[in-house]
Amino acid sequence: MIVVRWVRAFVEFWVDFIVGDDWTVAAAVAAALLVTWGLHRAGIDAWWLLPIVAVAATAVSIRRAARPSRR
Amino acid sequence: MNGAVVVTTFLAAGIEVIEMVAIVVAVGGTRSWRAALLGAAGGLGVLAVLVLVFGTALQYVPLAPIRLVVGALLLVFGLQWLRKGVLRVAAQGWAVGQGDEQVDDADVPADRFDWTGFVLSFKGVSLEGLEVAVIVVAFGGAADALGSAVVGAVAAVVVLAALGAVTYRWVARIPRRALQLFVGAMLSAFGTFWSVEGLGVRWPGDELSLLWLIALYALAGVGLLQLVPGWRKDPAMAGGPGGGAGMSGEVR
Repeated sequence: MIVVRWVRAFVEFWVDFIVGDDWTVAAAVAAALLVTWGLHRAGIDAWWLLPIVAVAATAVSIRRAARPSRR
Repeated sequence: MNGAVVVTTFLAAGIEVIEMVAIVVAVGGTRSWRAALLGAAGGLGVLAVLVLVFGTALQYVPLAPIRLVVGALLLVFGLQWLRKGVLRVAAQGWAVGQGDEQVDDADVPADRFDWTGFVLSFKGVSLEGLEVAVIVVAFGGAADALGSAVVGAVAAVVVLAALGAVTYRWVARIPRRALQLFVGAMLSAFGTFWSVEGLGVRWPGDELSLLWLIALYALAGVGLLQLVPGWRKDPAMAGGPGGGAGMSGEVR
């Protein structure tokens, strides 16, 4: 039981570390890294893509979090 | 002693050590000094074992996948902090947490060890430390002066760690909310740099890109901060007459 609890806590820790409050930001980062890798393979050094996607995804996430809640 | 190798290794390792110290000070200032310092000690311990086991074979360790994984993890965590920092400063203002004022942060545990702070510090120190070790092996091996390269790298660690320790009091004076936002920007910048570098993409200006990346994320945070009050009041986003006070997102 202690091992199960420990494994669960370990998994929860990493999920919380990576996903946090909004999974869409982590998903956008993963997608941007994949596209950057694809472009690199095609001969384009797309170092500019990840910062743009990261800022845009964070802005969308903050906008969603900041909107007045529905009651 | 080969003076040229000492100076060259000091300068090359110094760039990596600056990044290492910046992460430890940032994590310590915003989360827990105990977790940050133990994470740094853990990272240096793992590094010492790797150096003892692999020795000069370290130069063949593939750094790219390590940079990609550590960078991606730092980036998603840094963006979470940037997001929280913007929402918290928008809700509570910049000055919260100045001096010895306690700040209630649900994501920094008060009653148990801060493993998140430990992992952040550990990853930063072990990755940068590994890069320092590779620099030592490469420079020292090429000039057949490994001892001189070790002296240069150790000097860089000692000098820059001492500088980091001196900045502790200065960092402690920055209001906690403002620090969280800036640390989020800094971790995001390091994460972006390392993960893209890990894919094999070259940054224009190499490590100097970190400067504009930190500025970009910090400015984005400050810019978003200006937009949040408007988004809160936006009737188009409120979903009709039911919309009103409160925020749908978490701001602790």
